[in-house]
Amino acid sequence: MLVQFANWVQGELACSPALAKIVGILLAAVPLATVFALCFAFTTWLERKGLARIQNRIGPNRVGPFGLFQPIADGIKMITKEDIVPRSSDHFFHLIAPLLVLVSSMACLAFIPFGLGMTMSPIDTAVVFFFAILGMNTLAVFLAGWASRNKYSLLGGMRAVAQMVSYEIPLVLSAVTVVMMVGSLDTREIVGAQVVEGWATSENSGLRFLGQIAGWHVFTPWGFAGFIIFFIAALAETNRSPFDLPEAESEIIAGYVTEYSGFKFALFFLGEYIGAFAVLGLAITLFLGGWNGPNFQPWWSSDPHALLIPGFVWFFFKMFVLMAVLIWIRGTLPRLRVDQLMSFAWKFLLPLALVNVFVAGFLFHVAKEDRVWASVAAFVFLYLVAKGLSRMNQSDAPAPRKYHFAE
Amino acid sequence: MTMESSVVAGSEPTVEPRGFELIEREGLETNLLEVSMGPHHPSTHGVFRMDVKLDGETVTELRPVFGYLHRNHEKLAEDMGYLGSMPFTDRLDYFCSMTNNWAYALAGEKMIDLEVPERAEYVRVIMAELTRLVNHIMLVGFFVNDLGALGTPLLYALREREKILDLFEWASGARMMCNYMRFGGLRNDLPEGWLTKCREVVDAFPYFLDEYEKLLVENEIILVRTQNVGVLKPELAINAGITGPMLRASGVNYDLRKVDAYGVYDRFPFRVPMGEVGDCYDRFMVRILEMRESIKILRQAMDELPEGPIMGEAPRVFKPPAGEIYGRIEGPKGELGFYLVSDGTAKPYRYRVRPPSLVNLTVLEDLCLGHKVADAVVILGSVDIVLGEVDR
Amino acid sequence: MDLLGSGIFKGMAVTLKNFAMTYFDRGRKERLPTVQYPEAGDTVTLFTRNFPFLIYDGEEEVDGMRCVACQICERECPPACIYIVKEKDENGKFVKRPKVFDIDVSVCMGCQICVEVCPFDAIVMDSEFEYSKEDRFGDLLFNRDELLKSNDYYHKIHPEEAQARDANLAAKKAADEAKKKAREEKAAAAAAAKAAAEKEASEKKDSPEASEPVAEEPKAEPAAPSENHAKAESEAKEKPAAEETPVEEPAAATDETEDAKEESSGGSEGKETSEEPEETAGSGEDDEKKAEEGEGVS
Repeated sequence: MLVQFANWVQGELACSPALAKIVGILLAAVPLATVFALCFAFTTWLERKGLARIQNRIGPNRVGPFGLFQPIADGIKMITKEDIVPRSSDHFFHLIAPLLVLVSSMACLAFIPFGLGMTMSPIDTAVVFFFAILGMNTLAVFLAGWASRNKYSLLGGMRAVAQMVSYEIPLVLSAVTVVMMVGSLDTREIVGAQVVEGWATSENSGLRFLGQIAGWHVFTPWGFAGFIIFFIAALAETNRSPFDLPEAESEIIAGYVTEYSGFKFALFFLGEYIGAFAVLGLAITLFLGGWNGPNFQPWWSSDPHALLIPGFVWFFFKMFVLMAVLIWIRGTLPRLRVDQLMSFAWKFLLPLALVNVFVAGFLFHVAKEDRVWASVAAFVFLYLVAKGLSRMNQSDAPAPRKYHFAE
Repeated sequence: MTMESSVVAGSEPTVEPRGFELIEREGLETNLLEVSMGPHHPSTHGVFRMDVKLDGETVTELRPVFGYLHRNHEKLAEDMGYLGSMPFTDRLDYFCSMTNNWAYALAGEKMIDLEVPERAEYVRVIMAELTRLVNHIMLVGFFVNDLGALGTPLLYALREREKILDLFEWASGARMMCNYMRFGGLRNDLPEGWLTKCREVVDAFPYFLDEYEKLLVENEIILVRTQNVGVLKPELAINAGITGPMLRASGVNYDLRKVDAYGVYDRFPFRVPMGEVGDCYDRFMVRILEMRESIKILRQAMDELPEGPIMGEAPRVFKPPAGEIYGRIEGPKGELGFYLVSDGTAKPYRYRVRPPSLVNLTVLEDLCLGHKVADAVVILGSVDIVLGEVDR
Repeated sequence: MDLLGSGIFKGMAVTLKNFAMTYFDRGRKERLPTVQYPEAGDTVTLFTRNFPFLIYDGEEEVDGMRCVACQICERECPPACIYIVKEKDENGKFVKRPKVFDIDVSVCMGCQICVEVCPFDAIVMDSEFEYSKEDRFGDLLFNRDELLKSNDYYHKIHPEEAQARDANLAAKKAADEAKKKAREEKAAAAAAAKAAAEKEASEKKDSPEASEPVAEEPKAEPAAPSENHAKAESEAKEKPAAEETPVEEPAAATDETEDAKEESSGGSEGKETSEEPEETAGSGEDDEKKAEEGEGVS
């Protein structure tokens, strides 16, 4: 509907191409920003409620029904709070850093297809652009750490750079497998490749149902391993627990956001969550079938491509499920140490991702009738590789001990 | 008795970092990063400060600074009757007011050779072991919190502690500042139905511990974060006067409940868990295992609790004869001792607390050198300090 | 060790279980202990103590007050948060009632020592805890009228304890009355026998030294109830060092209690009422009191 409206406006403004372009961009960007700001608000509520229940608390329940308006109250508080800038900080960079985080995260969203025809910037090198812009986050975070002129901020910023640069490699490598298999960098084509075409358009509703799921890359051996690697690396990339070292509260207070308060802090917060949405959105696009999901043909339509549930509903549903997993992980796990974080990235994730690329290449060339056997073999092989890698890392991965008692 | 002050508080900052050598770098001029962690820091367990010098993230020098919570406890006590200090002992280690009371009462009873009735002794054992549960469960919660878990284990611990605090409140009127024991016995008897409720809580505790162990003990992140971190050698532990679970985690069998067998502890057959390596993981595990032993003691004490008076033949005037006495018990954190000197009047001439937290804290620098700054926080957490007791 | 992460999944199962259990009634009971405080109502348990208050019997607040301003609690209070001034009648004589009885609850730590040392069961612990006030200093200094609460209230918050105390008081009163009667008889007998007894009594009226005259006075040592035991002990402890009493002389130690008890029974003999003012008059007004006490009641 929104897409149709946009197309109609474009048509009306056809007389002045420049204006049409600007209006077109606004029409795409404004809903995106609004929707994701709302998603952010909802996620903060979800996170607080979810964590509270995990920790056997009740969570916010005073503002609105079930505390649903809590994010609004938080927002008002954040905006009205005093903005404290340390006197000896670098004021310009101190200001620019949160904006940069927000801008780069938001820009990443432009390449995610939320539904059929709902990609803000439909370019055919979307995946490359995505990672390029995501890399800006690192810079912004380090800028914040440096400009604050605080030792904790500096430590946090340095940790952030080391961590983000390291985890970008497995992140990209696991995306590479998908790009290899699909043969395109365009996110729309990657989503399209995850539908079993013959099934999805068939008359049999059961087969249609299956056809929307069965093609997801996560059900292939390389996709499964790739998804896990991507997910772990995404945790680190978005500074989520258990890789939240740059803002490790118990060690360096709040890391690079130590000296931020009020609205700037809110911007950081917003930027981080939107970054998480973007990375999760890419994970959904690459491995979880994008906006495809079990769907039905509406009873009023005879078009076999018509869908009862719009694609973006599926997309946001998947996104919040993944977000819930993030929250669940955050509620359970303690944090890694810097060196362990690094060795995990370089000694475990990176080799596994490399092996995965080769496995994908191998499967690409296997004849179609041998696919099933090859897939099983690949699964077993990847499992063995993972096990071998964890065995090789055993020297610094100790086991529980037995204790003796003195009488 | 004065060893701890000479090691930490009074000493000059060590010029040369011990046990760890700086890496010489060619070309670039590098400098150490001095960070003053605390007194306002989320994980210093109160108002404690660590002046650390970091080479990157590695600790090359660490100086504990404390005294921010000094409340003049010892001097105040010298200007007060003996009983008047009892409520103040609650505030030493505010997690374990019952054991603090007991240690002080024990010192007072020793001074005038006071016999404590059997029922009072058993109730004291019950209270002390409940306190041990509270302290250890909270320690483990805070320890994992320092490791970076977002409060989940801590809140589970708080949930269980709540049940025990309810018991304390029921018996003594206050949740934390119990002020329950007196020279010669207890202030009041256990209320009706208390024992039944206590039994319920104690019986439910092992299930909670099972769940807790499932959550923590095999978690790979906790394993890599704690094993071989902050290793305390038994020789150093003995030389520094470390006591309590921290000493036992280093493999030294020393439990005052066995050594002194104060109270009626000689009637309880319990085992003392021992660590071997002396790292953070051992300290953490020894406490979890101690909780299971405490539950055994509690069950036995509740079964054997005799009827009878709860207050001994305490004299109306608590005026001990001139002399000195040292009463000590195995507190949850270590040897908690009260050293009293009497000049024959109703006020102590000298009143001294031997706080286990403070003495255990003296080895902090030795444990932290060469580790990452994140480990320093974890090691501090595993030492188990309460600043109310460190600073007094 | 199994594949990296198996322990993590175990932990995640535990948190998932905890998450899910809070949505079921059974699980909520044991896993969601949060009490929604203002809505959920009373959370106070039977023995909760918070801050002390003064009891009065009957209907009249001031007249029924049990406190006789003996100032023992003031001396024993570890953080020294009690301040007492005795009331005088128009003749300048002290009556057994505090004119000022302040407790600074911002200092009070609720240790219950004052309750334990009070020989008259006049001060007990409250379980009221909603004390938020706007003025940090003035409003948190509770004066006598704010502290006075009826015995019925006490029975409401701590029923068993209140009953025990009432029984204790009744027993004490009976004992005192019996003693008074005995003493009156004895005094009459003594007056008939010798004039010297009168002389002694008048002497006491003029210069009542704290312990000596009373020590000579023949008294019927009542069998102290066991509950009173601790109180007497702690009260005796505050006896200053400079006093020339033998170290462990229970008789001397109980003198003060004895006197106080006699007063509480409402003994109208002039010698006893006149004894109290001297004691306090000698020991200064407020802050110096403690120091003075340390040197000795002289």
